Amino acid sequence: MADIQQEIRPSRLRRAWDSDLAWSFRHAPVAVVSAFVVLVLVIGAVLAPLIAPHNPFDPATLNLMNGFTPPNQANQFTGDYFILGTDDQGRDVFSTILYGMRISLFVGFAAVLLAMVLGVALGLLAGYLGGWTETIIMRVADVQLTFPAILVAMLIFGIAKGITPPEYRDQMAIWVLILAIGLSDWVQFARVVRGATLVEKNREYVQAARLIGRSPFAIMLRHILPNVLNPVLVIATISLALAIIAEATLSFLGVGAPPTKPSLGTLIRIGQEFMFSGEWWILFFPAATLLALALSINLLGDWLRDALNPRLR
Amino acid sequence: MLAYIIRRVLQSILVLFVVGLVAFAMFRFVGDPVDNMLGQERTQADIERLREQLGLDQPFVVQYWRFLEQAAQGNFGLSYRQGRPVSEILLERLPATLELAFVSGLMALLGGIALGIFTAIRRSGISANIIMTASLIGVSLPTFLIGILLIYVFSVELGWLPSFGRGEVTRIGGWTTGFLTESGLKALILPAITLGLYQMTLIMRLVRTEMLEVLRMDYIRFARARGIREKSINFRHALKNTLVPVITITGLQLGSIIAFAIITETVFQWPGVGLLFINAIQFVDIPVMAAYLMLISVMFVGINLIVDMLYFAIDPRLRVDRTAGGH
Amino acid sequence: MTEKTPVLSVRNLVVEIPTRHGILRPVDNVSYDIHAGEILGVVGESGAGKSMTGNAVVGLLDRPARITSGEILLSGQHIHTLKGEALRRLRGKMMGMIFQDPLTSLNPLLTVGDQLTETIQEHLKVGQTEARNRAIAALEEVGIPAARSRIDSYPHEFSGGMRQRVVIALALCAEPDLVIADEPTTALDVSVQAQIVALLKRLCREKGVAVMLVTHDMGVIAEAADRVAVMYAGRLAELGPVREVLTAAHHPYTAGLMASTPLASQGKERLRQIPGAMPRLGNLPDGCAFHPRCDYAQDRCRANPGPTLDTCDGRAACWFPLNTKQKDEVSA
Repeated sequence: MADIQQEIRPSRLRRAWDSDLAWSFRHAPVAVVSAFVVLVLVIGAVLAPLIAPHNPFDPATLNLMNGFTPPNQANQFTGDYFILGTDDQGRDVFSTILYGMRISLFVGFAAVLLAMVLGVALGLLAGYLGGWTETIIMRVADVQLTFPAILVAMLIFGIAKGITPPEYRDQMAIWVLILAIGLSDWVQFARVVRGATLVEKNREYVQAARLIGRSPFAIMLRHILPNVLNPVLVIATISLALAIIAEATLSFLGVGAPPTKPSLGTLIRIGQEFMFSGEWWILFFPAATLLALALSINLLGDWLRDALNPRLR
Repeated sequence: MLAYIIRRVLQSILVLFVVGLVAFAMFRFVGDPVDNMLGQERTQADIERLREQLGLDQPFVVQYWRFLEQAAQGNFGLSYRQGRPVSEILLERLPATLELAFVSGLMALLGGIALGIFTAIRRSGISANIIMTASLIGVSLPTFLIGILLIYVFSVELGWLPSFGRGEVTRIGGWTTGFLTESGLKALILPAITLGLYQMTLIMRLVRTEMLEVLRMDYIRFARARGIREKSINFRHALKNTLVPVITITGLQLGSIIAFAIITETVFQWPGVGLLFINAIQFVDIPVMAAYLMLISVMFVGINLIVDMLYFAIDPRLRVDRTAGGH
Repeated sequence: MTEKTPVLSVRNLVVEIPTRHGILRPVDNVSYDIHAGEILGVVGESGAGKSMTGNAVVGLLDRPARITSGEILLSGQHIHTLKGEALRRLRGKMMGMIFQDPLTSLNPLLTVGDQLTETIQEHLKVGQTEARNRAIAALEEVGIPAARSRIDSYPHEFSGGMRQRVVIALALCAEPDLVIADEPTTALDVSVQAQIVALLKRLCREKGVAVMLVTHDMGVIAEAADRVAVMYAGRLAELGPVREVLTAAHHPYTAGLMASTPLASQGKERLRQIPGAMPRLGNLPDGCAFHPRCDYAQDRCRANPGPTLDTCDGRAACWFPLNTKQKDEVSA
């Protein structure tokens, strides 16, 4: 076994490059550009503390005199220069965007991960075990699907807020967001995985594995899970865009990331106040960043769905 | 068929019971209602008396049942924040939301289906591709950004349309409408577009996907092989089959318009129930949250029921299967 | 019959599909005629190009497949140059098509009568009532009992065999001269297959329709066809009267196909297999496409250009045909 893998390994990169997926990626300029944009934004967010010229959350570095500096101009009082300008507090917009993206992306990835783990597990259980387990899981899914995810998320957020003592609310907000968005989005995964499991369950190889006494857990993990990965990957990509938008929306509505830890949505909420008075950059740059992020991920997801072509329902 | 409808109605009632349980649990366990209702100066006796008054000393099931009884009569208690009956506040605000949802729902439905068909039929055409790309931007553009963008262009820069509020409304009985005044109609335009655009994109993409799927079916090939003209293939043979799956999801989409109204109402300070709800969350005004939840559930369940009925009108297979099978 | 213009005449037809691995030819230089009242059976394994030929004739090739050379003549008229609207008018009116699966070839949301009258009114200048009467007649003709009361039923209210009869009625209702039946019995129960074949045969004789019967079932060919075209890897392997081809195949592939088919007429011999599998279109061998699997292959079979009907004896595309006098002498 080990020997065989040794033999395969040197050519694996080559095979990955030659695979149909890679081929269709190289021939889809939209996908390549989107992947590049996502990559740049993610790197920017991850390395924010290294890249950002200012730490927008360190009050010591802020100078109120720098407030409302337009982009790409020196401040008329202090002579300081900010590439994307500053907000009313004199915070560098470029830096707040980098840090905001960190929060947006973290919440997005974590929420999708939560939704994926939950949905895949429940979908596998429902599909493989059937009976009451299936009925209960799918009924809950149906009821939840009756309500739009964003509403479910708001509700969970509201309840969690009611339960947490006021002094911890700001600290907990990020985790509550992840919980709210993750719990509102598992149904998609569960439905697809359950459908695929029902199909795979009756295949000969699964029957055979069952006959030789493999445990249900091992069968689900080893035999069924690999077969549902493609649609799960597509849903995860699209869910990521949705989760980022959901986070931004909640934060924009004031029921998400607090102003002390602003995400892109919070920044847009803050920026909106200055739209009427002409300081457009405080709103425009965070909004454009959010759009670029969501659009690139959506385009990637779109391409991935076509490339893998699973029958998504 | 009757058996099917009865079963669906029973299922809907079950859903309402579950939602009711969630709403009740919010009342009961999220924050102490007694705490919320009594001021700072309270005595132990006050607390006991109120607990008894509210029935909080009763068993859980009894409390739940009484909550449902009250809820069915539209009684959700007093708003923690405004101190007025929740039902009164909701009724006052409902017309604004319903009018907004109606206009944007209509726009989303008509525009979405028309554009979906167009882009499916002209799959490789230039204009269809432009629409598809634009729609992807539309899906990626969060509702609130669309609203902000529209405000920026039409209110701030051009100054044509108002950026907030409902304009002048006319009172007809218990209903207030913005349809009858110029300022009311003007105020409706931007919020309606904001709310409808996203749904329209979704419906359009859905119709397109389903339509393309149907156009690949054997019976469409067979119709082509019989020389049926394209117009009939697209609008008679394909569209009808497309509508079956489209109706389900569209029904859900229309339901979500009411929920997404929360966002639009916040951007435009539209005085509807959505704005009320978001403020309630910020202030943890549990009675308003619970009542909104129940109200919106009734609407969703109602929409789902209507969608189910529509199936019968369109798909003959259901009509037969249900009457024959009956289980 | 010999002097008449054939209803369908396919001349050196080539269909190509451009892919990223190069150009594939699912139909390669195929020629045949079908006369009125005649059934031409087209057999071959899946992927041999049988269905693709039929689709090319009615102009319903799925992109990116396209006709790159050759001619298709319908009653002496060139139709391979026709496009869009002109071709549509011919479909149904001049040539009908029957698909494999009756469960999926009928629109589930339209009644059988709707689908029939629409097709009739599309091609024949008749009113609503007349179209309906013709629709009922068409259903009666294909043996649907109580057609008058069944006409307003939906497809799902018919059984599989009855649905295939409806499909045949639809294909024939505008009285075409040519019918292309693409695996019309494959999806049906064995007991129903014979009825459908008998029905096709009867309609062909009574109405004088030319039928192209695409199938992979030698039994159906033996039962129904007058002549048979055997296809292999997109090319014609053999073309001739059904009795002669079945009893004395010239092409080794046909012979192998016969030996591997259980036919009632042949008795107790064990079924034989053709070794190997048909090559993929992207990976055809030089020369005769069949030579890697052929027991009789010689050096000439591997050389280009490969054999065609024209360059060989006109019946089989084989340099060394079986069951001919010449061959017998060699082997003796």
